[in-house]
Amino acid sequence: MLGLTKRDTALFAIVVAMVVFAPFILNPFPAASPMAQFNAGYPDLMQRFLIFGIFAIGFNILFGLTGYLSFGHAAFLGTGSYAGVWMFKLLSMNVLPAIVIAVVVAGLFSVLIGYISLRRSGIYFSILTLAFAQMSYALAYSVLTPITNGETGLQLSLNDPRILDGAAAADGSLPVPNFFGIEMRSSTELYFGGWEFTLNAGYYLCAVFMIAAFYVSIRIFRSPFGMMLRAVKSNQQRMNYTGLNSRPYTLAAFVISGMFAGLAGGLLVAMDPLAGAERMQWTRSGEVVLMTILGGMGTLIGPVLGAGLIKYLENILSKINDSILHQWFSLFPDGLSDFLVFIVHPFIGKGWNLTLGLVFMLVVIFLPGGLVQGGQKIAALFRRRKPDQPVSVKHPAE
Amino acid sequence: MTRSNFTRRGLLRTGAATGAGLALPTIFTGSAWSAAHSGYTNAPEGGTVTLGFNVPQTGAYADEGADELRAFQLAVEHLNGEGDGGMLQTFSEKNLDGTGILGKKVEFVTGDTATNTDTARSSARSMIEKDGVIMISGGSSSGVAVGVQALCQEAGLIFMAGLTHSNDTTGKDRRANGFRHFFNTEMSGRALAPILEANYGKDRKAYHLTADYTWGWSQEKSMRTYTEAMGWETVNTVLTPVGAGDFSSYITPVAQSGADVLILNHYGGDMVNSLTQAVQFGLKDMQANGKDFTIVVPLYSELMARGAGANIKGIFGSQNWDWKLENEKGDRYKGTNAFVQSFGTKYGFPPSQAAQTCYVQALLYADAVTRGKSFNPCSVAEALEGFEFDGMGNGPTLYRADDHQCFKDVVVVKGKEEPENEFDLVEIVDITPRDTATYPVDHPDFQGGSLGTCNPGA
Repeated sequence: MLGLTKRDTALFAIVVAMVVFAPFILNPFPAASPMAQFNAGYPDLMQRFLIFGIFAIGFNILFGLTGYLSFGHAAFLGTGSYAGVWMFKLLSMNVLPAIVIAVVVAGLFSVLIGYISLRRSGIYFSILTLAFAQMSYALAYSVLTPITNGETGLQLSLNDPRILDGAAAADGSLPVPNFFGIEMRSSTELYFGGWEFTLNAGYYLCAVFMIAAFYVSIRIFRSPFGMMLRAVKSNQQRMNYTGLNSRPYTLAAFVISGMFAGLAGGLLVAMDPLAGAERMQWTRSGEVVLMTILGGMGTLIGPVLGAGLIKYLENILSKINDSILHQWFSLFPDGLSDFLVFIVHPFIGKGWNLTLGLVFMLVVIFLPGGLVQGGQKIAALFRRRKPDQPVSVKHPAE
Repeated sequence: MTRSNFTRRGLLRTGAATGAGLALPTIFTGSAWSAAHSGYTNAPEGGTVTLGFNVPQTGAYADEGADELRAFQLAVEHLNGEGDGGMLQTFSEKNLDGTGILGKKVEFVTGDTATNTDTARSSARSMIEKDGVIMISGGSSSGVAVGVQALCQEAGLIFMAGLTHSNDTTGKDRRANGFRHFFNTEMSGRALAPILEANYGKDRKAYHLTADYTWGWSQEKSMRTYTEAMGWETVNTVLTPVGAGDFSSYITPVAQSGADVLILNHYGGDMVNSLTQAVQFGLKDMQANGKDFTIVVPLYSELMARGAGANIKGIFGSQNWDWKLENEKGDRYKGTNAFVQSFGTKYGFPPSQAAQTCYVQALLYADAVTRGKSFNPCSVAEALEGFEFDGMGNGPTLYRADDHQCFKDVVVVKGKEEPENEFDLVEIVDITPRDTATYPVDHPDFQGGSLGTCNPGA
């Protein structure tokens, strides 16, 4: 179906189903139960799952296929965000122009950076992209404050021109991003017994884009173009010796992944119309590398899983504080519970990064193929393979 | 393995599927914001009400954030009738009786803003969407306050600003759902100028180092306005990134610039670092233009004084409040001792001004809910607008209806030359009365925004 093989169609269908039913899947605990803090089914986080999923899918097209490790992809996400907010300020609160412009601007920006950076490969390429991203960050943070509003972040204001629908703010309150009248914030709550599910308009808009992005990614992976990119990864020199110029391919991959990042940036501001310079910082670029490796580099679904895991840890783990820990361990005698809290404390709240680091190390050491490889191993167990038969870890990109 | 079969049928099918996908969100529009049972966002159900305290737990202002959080916890205890009641005994309104707010027990969730607007917004959104908070308070850093205030306006919640000193919070970026108890840079300028003139004279050359965000810009502008009005010359202004850590490259040129005053428009950890480095570079002992070189820190706090140690000696600045106010300046500032007492008992040291403003904001919110008899943000806003109160440590205070800014006395302080103990680092030099600190609503530095209308959400 849709020009996909049977296996890919199945994968695609699973992703679509997961995305559509995520508000239910991610809220497994009743709202009143103490486990409810592990629920991830609220719009802000679900939107982030999808948006950073798109970001990671795009990054994977470059990193997973060509092996070019870009350390500056957050710059494209940031430029996309700024472009999107400027569309809100100048043109209209409709999210469509903002998202389109975000993709276009990020695309143009990545042509520029890609054209220069791709003259080198390997570590030199990584450093070049990192340098460009840090330059963009510094520009956004201080030099270009008239455009980016620096540390304060670019925000909407009442006296923005908004040529197409400026009159909408007549009652004196800030207009909200909408998709032809559907407000991104509007949600419908469903109640089933103790369970509460939030269906959010913004989430489903992200879902449409994410599914589209995933589809495009599958098509690229399975296309002759994707084959060329993989050839770049396996041996670029040999490719060049055979008379093929690989640079147009790598540049195309770079620009495509830059546009994906721009799309993610545009969606971020469509969900919450504010753009800050921190989005371009190198730690954010590093985050998407983590997402891709954690999930499974070069696999289709891996980056999405990695993005989900990181965003989940970031949002859920960081909200657990000591008083919650004390509740958990209240069953134990006082001394023991204090001791347990003391042990767990560094890994929660603002220490969530430490937990992420541990998870990352475990994955890299025991599952070099990422979460996807973990899934394959489990699936293999259920297929009752003989233990001596090697689990067929296919080359992830195949 | 490659199948590029873009057939007409395939394309049609894909198109139809995409169309259906795009149309999907419209299914939900009919019942947008379905919480029709309440009339406003996150109406509390059952016997509890949840407040959201969004403070910096990491980043340049983490010390202030930690103190804010302590104050919030104390406020919640007092509202729920635990502890000694603190300022509830001295507050001029007597509606709060320790039974929570409107009989509902107060619970709270905390979030980390990381001194970063983006993170703060995200943390506030998750509080609103996941934890169902009815009010958000906190936020050191004006950038954060402005961002979260705008979010609360959109979502239909009350935002009780914590430590935010930029004019913009209640100026250009003011919002109908946002309220600020803390003072601002305009008031700092008004309070500091006469003291600076009396101590340093009219002929001075000033060099500004300014934190590069809304508060720094605002602080620099106010200081320039008032120092230039009394005859000082501004030699140079340099913007420094927030959380820079190392300011030596910014401080080195100061000595050669011909300036004889360094004005540090920095706060929190940044101010501690920049001041310490300025002193290490010998600026304080230097002579320039035949005068002693001096340093001014327009916005001061005990926490920063503690961080900067001996470097703070003799340096002027302004404060919203100080824990010694009632002892030194008398009964006008009642509430101060009650608060210091309960804070000290619980945590073992006196509270900072950040703690006081957050504590007061939490009580003011609870009181406004009680007086309006509803958690509806519009009712709360109405109760707070034009509200005149006393007994919260700052003397008689007014919440001006036109811009949701509190007007009260401003404290001018100086780093103590010979501190008696580790908490007694700041000496109160002067009090600028409320009338002097009050500026007109149409002050040019506060233009370019409007409150808009109150938004109850849902």
